[in-house]
Amino acid sequence: MINKKINSVHEAVEGIKDGMTLMLGGFGLCGIPENSIAELVRLGVKNLTCISNNAGVDDFGLGLLLQGRQIKKMISSYVGENDEFERQMLSGELEVELTPQGTLAEKCRAAQAGFTAFYTPAGYGTEVAEGKEYREFNGKMHILEKAYEADFAFVKAWKGDEAGNLIFKGTARNFNPNMCGAATITVAEVEELVPAGELDPNQIHIPGIFVQRIFQGETYEKRIEQRTVRQR
Amino acid sequence: MLDKNGIAQRIAKEVKDGYYVNLGIGIPTLVANFVRDDIEVEFQSENGVLGMGPFPFEGEEDADIINAGKQTITTLPGASFFDSATSFAMIRGKHVDLTILGAMEVAENGDIANWKIPGKMVKGMGGAMDLVASAENIIVAMMHTNKRGESKLLKQCSLPLTGVGCVKKIVTNMAVLEVTAAGFKLLERAPGVSVDDIIKATEGNLIVEGDIPEMKLS
Repeated sequence: MINKKINSVHEAVEGIKDGMTLMLGGFGLCGIPENSIAELVRLGVKNLTCISNNAGVDDFGLGLLLQGRQIKKMISSYVGENDEFERQMLSGELEVELTPQGTLAEKCRAAQAGFTAFYTPAGYGTEVAEGKEYREFNGKMHILEKAYEADFAFVKAWKGDEAGNLIFKGTARNFNPNMCGAATITVAEVEELVPAGELDPNQIHIPGIFVQRIFQGETYEKRIEQRTVRQR
Repeated sequence: MLDKNGIAQRIAKEVKDGYYVNLGIGIPTLVANFVRDDIEVEFQSENGVLGMGPFPFEGEEDADIINAGKQTITTLPGASFFDSATSFAMIRGKHVDLTILGAMEVAENGDIANWKIPGKMVKGMGGAMDLVASAENIIVAMMHTNKRGESKLLKQCSLPLTGVGCVKKIVTNMAVLEVTAAGFKLLERAPGVSVDDIIKATEGNLIVEGDIPEMKLS
Protein backbone atom coordinates (compact mmCIF):
# COMPACT_ATOMS: atom_id res chain seq x y z
CA MET A 1 0.00 0.00 0.00
CA ILE A 2 1.30 3.43 -0.93
CA ASN A 3 0.51 5.58 2.06
CA LYS A 4 -0.97 9.04 1.30
CA LYS A 5 -1.82 9.93 4.88
CA ILE A 6 -0.56 13.23 6.25
CA ASN A 7 -0.68 14.06 9.91
CA SER A 8 -2.05 17.57 9.94
CA VAL A 9 -3.80 20.20 7.90
CA HIS A 10 -0.47 22.13 7.87
CA GLU A 11 1.04 19.44 5.65
CA ALA A 12 -2.03 19.70 3.38
CA VAL A 13 -1.01 23.14 2.16
CA GLU A 14 2.75 22.53 2.02
CA GLY A 15 4.20 23.97 -1.17
CA ILE A 16 1.42 26.48 -1.80
CA LYS A 17 2.80 29.81 -3.00
CA ASP A 18 1.37 33.18 -3.96
CA GLY A 19 -0.04 33.27 -7.48
CA MET A 20 -0.86 29.57 -7.74
CA THR A 21 -4.01 28.11 -9.32
CA LEU A 22 -6.21 26.01 -7.03
CA MET A 23 -9.22 23.81 -7.70
CA LEU A 24 -11.71 23.55 -4.84
CA GLY A 25 -14.58 21.07 -4.77
CA GLY A 26 -18.11 21.78 -3.62
CA PHE A 27 -21.47 23.04 -4.86
CA GLY A 28 -22.58 26.04 -2.87
CA LEU A 29 -21.46 25.15 0.66
CA CYS A 30 -22.15 21.44 0.09
CA GLY A 31 -19.05 19.24 0.02
CA ILE A 32 -16.47 22.02 0.36
CA PRO A 33 -12.99 21.31 1.80
CA GLU A 34 -13.66 23.30 4.99
CA ASN A 35 -10.44 22.44 6.80
CA SER A 36 -8.17 23.15 3.83
CA ILE A 37 -9.87 26.50 3.21
CA ALA A 38 -9.38 27.47 6.88
CA GLU A 39 -5.69 26.57 6.60
CA LEU A 40 -5.28 28.61 3.39
CA VAL A 41 -6.73 31.55 5.31
CA ARG A 42 -4.20 31.04 8.15
CA LEU A 43 -1.37 30.66 5.63
CA GLY A 44 -2.31 33.99 4.04
CA VAL A 45 -1.21 33.14 0.49
CA LYS A 46 -2.23 35.81 -2.01
CA ASN A 47 -3.00 36.32 -5.69
CA LEU A 48 -4.65 32.95 -6.00
CA THR A 49 -6.66 31.83 -9.01
CA CYS A 50 -9.49 29.65 -7.71
CA ILE A 51 -11.47 27.22 -9.85
CA SER A 52 -14.66 26.41 -7.97
CA ASN A 53 -18.28 26.22 -9.09
CA ASN A 54 -19.30 28.88 -6.54
CA ALA A 55 -17.54 31.40 -4.34
CA GLY A 56 -19.07 30.63 -0.95
CA VAL A 57 -20.98 33.12 1.18
CA ASP A 58 -19.60 36.17 2.97
CA ASP A 59 -18.47 34.37 6.11
CA PHE A 60 -17.99 30.76 4.96
CA GLY A 61 -16.37 28.74 2.22
CA LEU A 62 -14.35 30.70 -0.32
CA GLY A 63 -15.90 33.87 1.10
CA LEU A 64 -13.25 33.56 3.85
CA LEU A 65 -10.44 33.79 1.29
CA LEU A 66 -12.19 36.73 -0.39
CA GLN A 67 -12.37 38.58 2.95
CA GLY A 68 -8.59 38.48 3.19
CA ARG A 69 -8.29 39.49 -0.50
CA GLN A 70 -6.34 36.32 -1.17
CA ILE A 71 -8.08 35.63 -4.49
CA LYS A 72 -7.01 37.46 -7.63
CA LYS A 73 -9.19 35.54 -10.05
CA MET A 74 -12.27 33.38 -9.62
CA ILE A 75 -13.36 30.79 -12.22
CA SER A 76 -16.96 29.73 -11.48
CA SER A 77 -20.35 29.11 -13.04
CA TYR A 78 -22.45 30.94 -10.44
CA VAL A 79 -21.34 33.50 -7.88
CA GLY A 80 -24.47 34.91 -6.23
CA GLU A 81 -25.06 35.03 -2.46
CA ASN A 82 -21.86 36.90 -1.63
CA ASP A 83 -21.76 40.67 -0.99
CA GLU A 84 -17.99 40.92 -0.59
CA PHE A 85 -17.55 39.07 -3.89
CA GLU A 86 -19.87 41.56 -5.59
CA ARG A 87 -18.01 44.53 -4.12
CA GLN A 88 -14.58 43.25 -5.22
CA MET A 89 -15.88 42.32 -8.68
CA LEU A 90 -17.55 45.68 -9.32
CA SER A 91 -14.50 47.60 -8.05
CA GLY A 92 -12.25 45.62 -10.37
CA GLU A 93 -10.15 44.11 -7.56
CA LEU A 94 -11.33 40.63 -8.48
CA GLU A 95 -11.17 39.11 -11.93
CA VAL A 96 -14.04 36.72 -12.72
CA GLU A 97 -14.27 34.13 -15.47
CA LEU A 98 -17.81 32.75 -15.71
CA THR A 99 -17.98 29.30 -17.27
CA PRO A 100 -21.01 27.09 -17.98
CA GLN A 101 -21.32 24.52 -15.20
CA GLY A 102 -21.04 21.44 -17.41
CA THR A 103 -18.04 22.93 -19.21
CA LEU A 104 -16.38 23.69 -15.87
CA ALA A 105 -16.85 20.10 -14.74
CA GLU A 106 -15.55 18.76 -18.05
CA LYS A 107 -12.49 21.06 -18.02
CA CYS A 108 -11.63 19.43 -14.68
CA ARG A 109 -12.31 15.93 -15.93
CA ALA A 110 -10.30 16.58 -19.11
CA ALA A 111 -7.33 17.61 -16.97
CA GLN A 112 -7.78 14.47 -14.86
CA ALA A 113 -8.07 12.23 -17.92
CA GLY A 114 -5.23 13.72 -19.96
CA PHE A 115 -7.34 15.42 -22.62
CA THR A 116 -5.92 18.78 -23.69
CA ALA A 117 -9.19 20.16 -25.02
CA PHE A 118 -12.68 19.18 -26.13
CA TYR A 119 -15.60 20.51 -28.19
CA THR A 120 -18.93 21.35 -26.57
CA PRO A 121 -22.07 23.03 -27.91
CA ALA A 122 -22.56 24.86 -24.58
CA GLY A 123 -22.10 28.60 -24.97
CA TYR A 124 -21.94 28.73 -28.76
CA GLY A 125 -23.33 32.07 -29.98
CA THR A 126 -22.93 33.65 -26.53
CA GLU A 127 -20.19 35.77 -24.96
CA VAL A 128 -18.65 32.59 -23.54
CA ALA A 129 -17.61 31.69 -27.11
CA GLU A 130 -15.79 34.99 -27.75
CA GLY A 131 -12.21 34.41 -28.87
CA LYS A 132 -12.59 30.63 -28.91
CA GLU A 133 -12.21 28.31 -31.88
CA TYR A 134 -15.45 26.81 -33.12
CA ARG A 135 -16.37 24.05 -35.50
CA GLU A 136 -19.44 22.31 -36.89
CA PHE A 137 -20.07 18.64 -36.15
CA ASN A 138 -23.20 16.87 -37.45
CA GLY A 139 -24.82 20.17 -38.36
CA LYS A 140 -24.34 21.71 -34.93
CA MET A 141 -21.84 24.34 -33.82
CA HIS A 142 -19.38 23.58 -31.02
CA ILE A 143 -16.69 25.60 -29.26
CA LEU A 144 -13.25 24.39 -28.26
CA GLU A 145 -12.65 24.40 -24.51
CA LYS A 146 -9.28 23.64 -22.92
CA ALA A 147 -8.53 21.50 -19.89
CA TYR A 148 -7.61 23.43 -16.75
CA GLU A 149 -4.03 23.57 -15.55
CA ALA A 150 -3.90 23.81 -11.78
CA ASP A 151 -1.23 23.45 -9.08
CA PHE A 152 -3.41 22.08 -6.28
CA ALA A 153 -6.84 20.49 -6.05
CA PHE A 154 -8.56 20.52 -2.64
CA VAL A 155 -11.41 18.05 -2.39
CA LYS A 156 -13.66 16.77 0.37
CA ALA A 157 -14.96 13.21 0.66
CA TRP A 158 -17.03 11.36 3.24
CA LYS A 159 -14.72 8.44 3.90
CA GLY A 160 -11.21 7.69 2.79
CA ASP A 161 -8.39 5.29 3.56
CA GLU A 162 -4.64 5.71 3.93
CA ALA A 163 -4.16 4.63 0.31
CA GLY A 164 -6.10 7.73 -0.77
CA ASN A 165 -9.23 5.88 -1.88
CA LEU A 166 -12.34 8.02 -1.55
CA ILE A 167 -16.08 7.55 -1.02
CA PHE A 168 -18.45 10.51 -1.30
CA LYS A 169 -21.87 11.03 0.23
CA GLY A 170 -25.03 12.48 -1.33
CA THR A 171 -24.75 15.61 -3.42
CA ALA A 172 -21.57 16.53 -1.51
CA ARG A 173 -19.92 14.53 -4.32
CA ASN A 174 -20.49 17.21 -7.04
CA PHE A 175 -17.18 18.52 -8.49
CA ASN A 176 -14.94 16.72 -5.97
CA PRO A 177 -14.33 13.49 -7.95
CA ASN A 178 -13.74 15.46 -11.18
CA MET A 179 -10.99 17.52 -9.54
CA CYS A 180 -9.06 14.52 -8.16
CA GLY A 181 -5.91 14.13 -10.21
CA ALA A 182 -6.77 17.23 -12.26
CA ALA A 183 -4.03 19.30 -10.59
CA THR A 184 -0.34 18.63 -9.91
CA ILE A 185 -1.16 17.77 -6.29
CA THR A 186 -4.55 16.60 -5.04
CA VAL A 187 -5.29 16.99 -1.34
CA ALA A 188 -8.31 15.11 -0.02
CA GLU A 189 -9.88 15.80 3.36
CA VAL A 190 -12.37 13.30 4.73
CA GLU A 191 -14.79 13.05 7.63
CA GLU A 192 -13.48 9.61 8.49
CA LEU A 193 -10.04 8.26 7.62
CA VAL A 194 -9.59 4.49 8.02
CA PRO A 195 -6.63 2.12 7.57
CA ALA A 196 -6.18 0.58 4.11
CA GLY A 197 -8.26 -2.57 3.78
CA GLU A 198 -11.26 -1.30 5.71
CA LEU A 199 -13.12 0.11 2.71
CA ASP A 200 -14.71 -2.33 0.26
CA PRO A 201 -12.82 -1.92 -3.07
CA ASN A 202 -16.18 -2.33 -4.85
CA GLN A 203 -17.50 0.82 -3.23
CA ILE A 204 -14.59 3.19 -3.99
CA HIS A 205 -15.62 6.25 -6.05
CA ILE A 206 -12.10 7.61 -6.62
CA PRO A 207 -9.03 5.34 -6.55
CA GLY A 208 -6.07 6.54 -4.48
CA ILE A 209 -3.86 6.98 -7.55
CA PHE A 210 -5.60 10.33 -8.13
CA VAL A 211 -4.80 11.56 -4.59
CA GLN A 212 -1.40 12.65 -3.22
CA ARG A 213 -2.34 13.68 0.33
CA ILE A 214 -5.21 12.62 2.58
CA PHE A 215 -6.21 13.68 6.09
CA GLN A 216 -9.18 13.59 8.42
CA GLY A 217 -10.69 17.02 8.93
CA GLU A 218 -10.80 18.14 12.55
CA THR A 219 -14.38 19.41 12.46
CA TYR A 220 -17.10 19.94 9.89
CA GLU A 221 -19.67 22.68 10.23
CA LYS A 222 -21.51 21.62 7.03
CA ARG A 223 -23.53 24.79 6.90
CA ILE A 224 -26.90 24.61 5.09
CA GLU A 225 -27.46 27.48 2.65
CA GLN A 226 -31.23 27.10 2.11
CA ARG A 227 -32.96 25.14 4.82
CA THR A 228 -36.23 24.00 3.23
CA VAL A 229 -38.63 21.66 5.06
CA ARG A 230 -42.22 20.46 4.81
CA GLN A 231 -44.83 20.06 7.51
CA ARG A 232 -45.56 16.64 8.95
CA MET B 1 -54.59 34.98 -17.45
CA LEU B 2 -52.59 32.42 -15.52
CA ASP B 3 -50.49 32.94 -12.41
CA LYS B 4 -47.16 31.17 -11.87
CA ASN B 5 -48.86 28.06 -10.52
CA GLY B 6 -51.15 28.02 -13.56
CA ILE B 7 -48.16 28.09 -15.91
CA ALA B 8 -46.59 25.23 -13.95
CA GLN B 9 -49.87 23.29 -14.06
CA ARG B 10 -50.11 23.63 -17.86
CA ILE B 11 -46.46 22.58 -18.33
CA ALA B 12 -47.01 19.54 -16.10
CA LYS B 13 -49.27 18.17 -18.86
CA GLU B 14 -46.18 17.95 -21.11
CA VAL B 15 -44.48 15.59 -18.65
CA LYS B 16 -45.01 12.03 -19.86
CA ASP B 17 -44.70 8.61 -18.25
CA GLY B 18 -41.06 7.43 -18.13
CA TYR B 19 -39.53 10.91 -18.51
CA TYR B 20 -36.34 12.08 -16.82
CA VAL B 21 -36.89 15.80 -16.26
CA ASN B 22 -34.60 18.69 -15.32
CA LEU B 23 -36.40 21.60 -13.66
CA GLY B 24 -34.85 25.07 -13.50
CA ILE B 25 -35.22 27.51 -10.63
CA GLY B 26 -38.44 29.59 -10.28
CA ILE B 27 -41.69 28.64 -12.04
CA PRO B 28 -40.18 25.36 -13.35
CA THR B 29 -39.67 24.12 -9.78
CA LEU B 30 -43.45 24.37 -9.25
CA VAL B 31 -44.10 21.92 -12.10
CA ALA B 32 -43.25 18.97 -9.83
CA ASN B 33 -46.33 19.80 -7.72
CA PHE B 34 -48.69 19.23 -10.65
CA VAL B 35 -47.35 16.07 -12.30
CA ARG B 36 -49.99 13.32 -12.41
CA ASP B 37 -49.38 10.73 -9.72
CA ASP B 38 -50.29 7.79 -11.96
CA ILE B 39 -47.14 8.23 -14.10
CA GLU B 40 -43.49 7.50 -13.30
CA VAL B 41 -41.16 10.50 -13.63
CA GLU B 42 -37.68 11.14 -12.20
CA PHE B 43 -36.42 14.65 -11.54
CA GLN B 44 -32.75 15.41 -12.12
CA SER B 45 -30.90 18.21 -10.38
CA GLU B 46 -27.65 19.17 -12.09
CA ASN B 47 -25.64 19.30 -8.88
CA GLY B 48 -25.78 15.50 -8.91
CA VAL B 49 -29.04 13.74 -8.05
CA LEU B 50 -31.63 11.80 -10.01
CA GLY B 51 -34.86 10.83 -8.29
CA MET B 52 -35.38 13.95 -6.20
CA GLY B 53 -38.15 13.87 -3.65
CA PRO B 54 -39.91 16.57 -1.61
CA PHE B 55 -38.34 18.78 1.05
CA PRO B 56 -37.44 16.86 4.24
CA PHE B 57 -39.53 16.98 7.41
CA GLU B 58 -38.20 19.43 9.97
CA GLY B 59 -35.26 17.90 11.83
CA GLU B 60 -34.45 15.52 8.98
CA GLU B 61 -32.50 17.98 6.80
CA ASP B 62 -29.16 16.66 5.57
CA ALA B 63 -26.51 19.23 4.58
CA ASP B 64 -25.13 16.68 2.11
CA ILE B 65 -28.41 16.34 0.18
CA ILE B 66 -29.43 19.49 -1.68
CA ASN B 67 -30.78 20.53 -5.09
CA ALA B 68 -29.30 22.99 -7.59
CA GLY B 69 -31.06 25.81 -5.74
CA LYS B 70 -29.04 24.77 -2.65
CA GLN B 71 -32.27 23.77 -0.87
CA THR B 72 -32.37 20.71 1.37
CA ILE B 73 -34.26 17.87 -0.34
CA THR B 74 -34.97 14.16 0.00
CA THR B 75 -34.63 11.30 -2.48
CA LEU B 76 -37.20 8.74 -3.65
CA PRO B 77 -36.74 4.98 -4.08
CA GLY B 78 -34.54 4.40 -7.14
CA ALA B 79 -32.61 7.65 -6.68
CA SER B 80 -28.90 8.02 -7.39
CA PHE B 81 -26.10 10.49 -6.72
CA PHE B 82 -23.27 11.28 -9.15
CA ASP B 83 -20.49 13.76 -9.88
CA SER B 84 -20.91 16.98 -11.89
CA ALA B 85 -19.28 15.67 -15.08
CA THR B 86 -21.65 12.68 -15.06
CA SER B 87 -24.57 15.00 -14.40
CA PHE B 88 -23.80 17.04 -17.50
CA ALA B 89 -23.13 13.87 -19.48
CA MET B 90 -26.81 13.08 -18.83
CA ILE B 91 -27.75 16.54 -20.10
CA ARG B 92 -25.28 16.98 -22.98
CA GLY B 93 -25.71 13.34 -24.01
CA LYS B 94 -29.48 13.86 -24.38
CA HIS B 95 -30.40 11.27 -21.76
CA VAL B 96 -32.65 13.77 -19.98
CA ASP B 97 -36.00 13.78 -21.82
CA LEU B 98 -37.35 17.19 -20.89
CA THR B 99 -35.81 20.44 -19.67
CA ILE B 100 -38.03 23.17 -18.22
CA LEU B 101 -36.47 26.55 -17.55
CA GLY B 102 -37.29 30.20 -17.13
CA ALA B 103 -36.31 33.04 -19.44
CA MET B 104 -36.04 36.83 -19.47
CA GLU B 105 -36.45 36.95 -23.27
CA VAL B 106 -37.07 34.51 -26.12
CA ALA B 107 -36.70 35.41 -29.80
CA GLU B 108 -38.83 34.16 -32.69
CA ASN B 109 -35.89 32.05 -33.94
CA GLY B 110 -35.62 30.21 -30.58
CA ASP B 111 -32.77 32.25 -29.08
CA ILE B 112 -33.01 32.54 -25.30
CA ALA B 113 -31.62 35.06 -22.81
CA ASN B 114 -31.89 34.22 -19.12
CA TRP B 115 -28.60 34.85 -17.35
CA LYS B 116 -27.36 38.40 -17.51
CA ILE B 117 -28.67 41.97 -17.41
CA PRO B 118 -25.97 44.47 -18.38
CA GLY B 119 -25.33 47.01 -15.63
CA LYS B 120 -26.57 44.67 -12.91
CA MET B 121 -24.50 42.28 -10.81
CA VAL B 122 -23.90 39.18 -12.92
CA LYS B 123 -24.36 36.01 -10.91
CA GLY B 124 -23.44 33.58 -13.66
CA MET B 125 -25.08 31.14 -16.01
CA GLY B 126 -24.79 28.04 -13.80
CA GLY B 127 -25.87 25.08 -15.92
CA ALA B 128 -28.25 27.02 -18.19
CA MET B 129 -25.94 27.24 -21.22
CA ASP B 130 -25.18 23.50 -21.13
CA LEU B 131 -28.89 22.73 -20.79
CA VAL B 132 -30.13 24.89 -23.65
CA ALA B 133 -27.29 23.94 -26.01
CA SER B 134 -27.91 20.22 -25.74
CA ALA B 135 -31.46 19.42 -24.70
CA GLU B 136 -33.78 18.60 -27.61
CA ASN B 137 -36.98 19.06 -25.67
CA ILE B 138 -36.92 22.44 -23.94
CA ILE B 139 -40.00 24.17 -22.58
CA VAL B 140 -39.65 27.74 -21.40
CA ALA B 141 -41.85 28.93 -18.54
CA MET B 142 -42.17 32.70 -18.46
CA MET B 143 -44.44 35.71 -18.14
CA HIS B 144 -45.50 37.00 -21.56
CA THR B 145 -44.60 40.61 -20.72
CA ASN B 146 -42.33 42.38 -18.23
CA LYS B 147 -43.47 44.58 -15.35
CA ARG B 148 -43.77 47.54 -17.72
CA GLY B 149 -46.08 45.54 -19.99
CA GLU B 150 -43.45 45.12 -22.73
CA SER B 151 -43.29 41.86 -24.65
CA LYS B 152 -40.66 39.27 -23.69
CA LEU B 153 -41.33 37.32 -26.90
CA LEU B 154 -39.23 39.29 -29.34
CA LYS B 155 -37.97 39.47 -32.91
CA GLN B 156 -34.47 39.46 -31.46
CA CYS B 157 -33.23 39.21 -27.88
CA SER B 158 -31.81 42.45 -26.49
CA LEU B 159 -30.06 40.80 -23.53
CA PRO B 160 -26.87 38.68 -23.74
CA LEU B 161 -27.80 35.23 -25.04
CA THR B 162 -27.77 31.95 -23.15
CA GLY B 163 -28.20 29.87 -26.30
CA VAL B 164 -29.10 30.20 -29.97
CA GLY B 165 -32.06 28.63 -31.78
CA CYS B 166 -32.80 26.19 -28.98
CA VAL B 167 -36.31 26.91 -27.62
CA LYS B 168 -39.09 24.78 -29.09
CA LYS B 169 -42.06 25.48 -26.85
CA ILE B 170 -43.09 28.33 -24.55
CA VAL B 171 -45.80 28.44 -21.89
CA THR B 172 -46.62 31.92 -20.62
CA ASN B 173 -49.37 33.39 -18.43
CA MET B 174 -51.23 34.12 -21.70
CA ALA B 175 -50.49 31.36 -24.19
CA VAL B 176 -48.81 28.16 -25.33
CA LEU B 177 -46.58 28.76 -28.35
CA GLU B 178 -44.34 26.68 -30.55
CA VAL B 179 -41.18 28.12 -32.09
CA THR B 180 -41.22 27.43 -35.84
CA ALA B 181 -39.02 28.51 -38.75
CA ALA B 182 -41.55 31.29 -39.42
CA GLY B 183 -41.85 32.52 -35.81
CA PHE B 184 -44.03 31.94 -32.74
CA LYS B 185 -46.99 29.72 -33.63
CA LEU B 186 -49.93 30.22 -31.28
CA LEU B 187 -51.25 26.86 -30.05
CA GLU B 188 -53.45 27.69 -27.05
CA ARG B 189 -54.65 30.73 -25.14
CA ALA B 190 -55.02 31.02 -21.37
CA PRO B 191 -58.51 31.19 -19.83
CA GLY B 192 -59.94 34.68 -20.26
CA VAL B 193 -57.28 35.77 -22.77
CA SER B 194 -58.23 36.61 -26.37
CA VAL B 195 -56.12 36.10 -29.48
CA ASP B 196 -56.05 39.90 -29.82
CA ASP B 197 -54.58 40.23 -26.31
CA ILE B 198 -51.81 37.80 -27.30
CA ILE B 199 -51.13 39.60 -30.59
CA LYS B 200 -50.76 42.89 -28.68
CA ALA B 201 -48.42 41.32 -26.11
CA THR B 202 -46.13 39.62 -28.67
CA GLU B 203 -43.44 41.67 -30.42
CA GLY B 204 -41.98 38.78 -32.44
CA ASN B 205 -43.73 37.34 -35.47
CA LEU B 206 -46.89 35.55 -34.28
CA ILE B 207 -48.58 32.95 -36.45
CA VAL B 208 -52.30 32.48 -35.81
CA GLU B 209 -53.98 29.76 -37.83
CA GLY B 210 -57.67 28.93 -37.43
CA ASP B 211 -59.44 28.80 -34.08
CA ILE B 212 -57.11 28.87 -31.09
CA PRO B 213 -58.43 26.64 -28.29
CA GLU B 214 -58.38 27.63 -24.63
CA MET B 215 -55.84 25.76 -22.49
CA LYS B 216 -57.01 22.82 -20.46
CA LEU B 217 -55.20 22.76 -17.15
CA SER B 218 -56.21 19.36 -15.85
